[in-house]
Amino acid sequence: MSQNENVLEISDLRTSFFIEGDEIKAVDGVTINVPKGKTVGVVGESGSGKSITSLSIMRLIQHPGEIVEGSISMNGEDLLSKSERQMQQLRGNQISMIFQEPMTSLNPVYTVGEQISEVYRIHQGLSKKEALTKSVEMLELVGIPSPKERIKQYPHELSGGMRQRVMIAIALACNPELLIADEPTTALDVTIQAQILELIKKLQSQLGMSVFLITHDLGVVAETCDYVAVMYAGKIVEYADVHSLFRSPKHPYTVGLMQSLPRHDIDQEELNVIEGNVPKPGNMPDGCRFAPRCPFASDICEKRLPDLDELENGNKVRCWIYSDEWDGKAEVNVVDDYKTAGNQ
Amino acid sequence: MFVFTIRRILQTIPVLLGVTILVFLMMHLVPGDAAQIIAGEAASQQTIEQIRERLGLNDPLPMQYFNFLLNALQGDLGTSIQSGQEVTEEVFSRFWVTLELAFYSMILSVFIGLIAGIISAVRHYTLTDALTMIIALFGLSMPNFWLGLMLMQWFAIELKIFPVSGWGSPEQIVLPVIALGTAGAAIIARMTRSSMLEVISQDYIRTARAKGVKERYVIYKHALKNALIPVVTVIGLEFGTLLTGAVLTETVFSINGLGRYIVESIQARDFPAVQGSVLVVAVIFIIVNLLVDISYRFLNKRIDLN
Repeated sequence: MSQNENVLEISDLRTSFFIEGDEIKAVDGVTINVPKGKTVGVVGESGSGKSITSLSIMRLIQHPGEIVEGSISMNGEDLLSKSERQMQQLRGNQISMIFQEPMTSLNPVYTVGEQISEVYRIHQGLSKKEALTKSVEMLELVGIPSPKERIKQYPHELSGGMRQRVMIAIALACNPELLIADEPTTALDVTIQAQILELIKKLQSQLGMSVFLITHDLGVVAETCDYVAVMYAGKIVEYADVHSLFRSPKHPYTVGLMQSLPRHDIDQEELNVIEGNVPKPGNMPDGCRFAPRCPFASDICEKRLPDLDELENGNKVRCWIYSDEWDGKAEVNVVDDYKTAGNQ
Repeated sequence: MFVFTIRRILQTIPVLLGVTILVFLMMHLVPGDAAQIIAGEAASQQTIEQIRERLGLNDPLPMQYFNFLLNALQGDLGTSIQSGQEVTEEVFSRFWVTLELAFYSMILSVFIGLIAGIISAVRHYTLTDALTMIIALFGLSMPNFWLGLMLMQWFAIELKIFPVSGWGSPEQIVLPVIALGTAGAAIIARMTRSSMLEVISQDYIRTARAKGVKERYVIYKHALKNALIPVVTVIGLEFGTLLTGAVLTETVFSINGLGRYIVESIQARDFPAVQGSVLVVAVIFIIVNLLVDISYRFLNKRIDLN
């Protein structure tokens, strides 16, 4: 994959929160690219740094958070060196974002029409009337029935699914190159979830945009993503195309995530869980961050942090098992041995 | 909206009735015989009885109330015992002064309070914020009569910039308005700050920023309109406080307003005057609350009356 095919390139991003003099690294050295027209998913538990990564791209990290180092560039342009004003011109225009909470993400005191129109008025300088006409078209595009009536309504008059459609309409109004979707379906009913994902996919192919999709739901990943980054405790532990990831996951954490999904094909007594918790940001292990919970952990895992190494097929994994320095059991099959390894 | 307004106006009727009953009973339950007071210490039993008859004080209480209500509805609040003038006329001639004082003080409170509150919230946890809030705390803690006296001491007696007392000319207005408006400004500033802080951390503010809205508009368009909802309530309540606070300020600055009139009437046991002026203040208070509720509806479309 050559450089200029990527819409977004993040390298070595570190975003920290400074609380009482301590630096808490929420995102710690994340490198990830989003190819043009593709969907890249970021998966991980709560607190793994997914949302902070996405807010960093938008440069919407609020005090006491701060992007400490690394670079984020869009179409080769460095976003971190842009002024706040230049960022305002990009936001909602070339990069848009939709959020997890459709119920609270719209301003309660303005009508749906006013809120969509605002984007057109800021970025395209349209008049009130033109902007409203465009807003009606946009609502129609996101599948809201009788859009002419809907634009006069206030958010509280709409259901959660409808509000998320409105959010999508706002985000896509200016035909952005990149859509950041931060858990767009988490707060919705399962049937509505499917509709919203379907809608994002459909509009993606119509408008040719790239999507940076944040989720903790592997089902959503399987359905929508081309590439997947698995995040754990502020770092990417595995990066792969979606087929390889599901066919042969490499990192024990990825395997753990997949095995904790309920399965329909076998009769399960109880669901599998990954024992333990995500380490607290102030109290990171010295070695691999997953080591305390990893059934395969050996001496080297506890001492040194592995690098995110490239595998033969171009995918990447941050695990000692795949390095020459591995000092544990010789032949490890992470998928088959996952359940038994911990008991030995 | 229209239906809402009409319904809200109709709702004030029982409240108004309640107020008239309270005002009426208040004056009839306090110790002291009105007829005795009018007639004076030395009057004969017969004179007192005549006055009682003339004022209708021998009628049963509900009858008296009914007459009072009927007259009040026609704008007749009785005759002042002290001056022998129509209470309605006296109350209204004084009322305008108080209303002016309260109105200017209100403008000062809202203007300074909103600006200070917004600045404090936008720069929260900075030195500006801390200083503004400390000043607000002072403003809130000073009794208005004391502040009035201090202002008088500094600006009228020592610096001689403003006149000591009176009401009417622009110079005379300044000191009483500052004395009366400061506490309100402090309350509104604190309310605005906390309300803004709460709103600024809401998801829809993040959405506005993600849309590329300029920070200035994020604050003044997206945040302020939401933050104003609780502030408007406080402003409405503050108006009531101003009307009562005016009593002290008027006394300090020798302003011939309604507040002073009430105090004087109470001292003289001039019950028709007290009754009339309390009723007027109560009605004004109800009207202000009505306006607050209606403006609420403009700010927050989710409010429905049922």
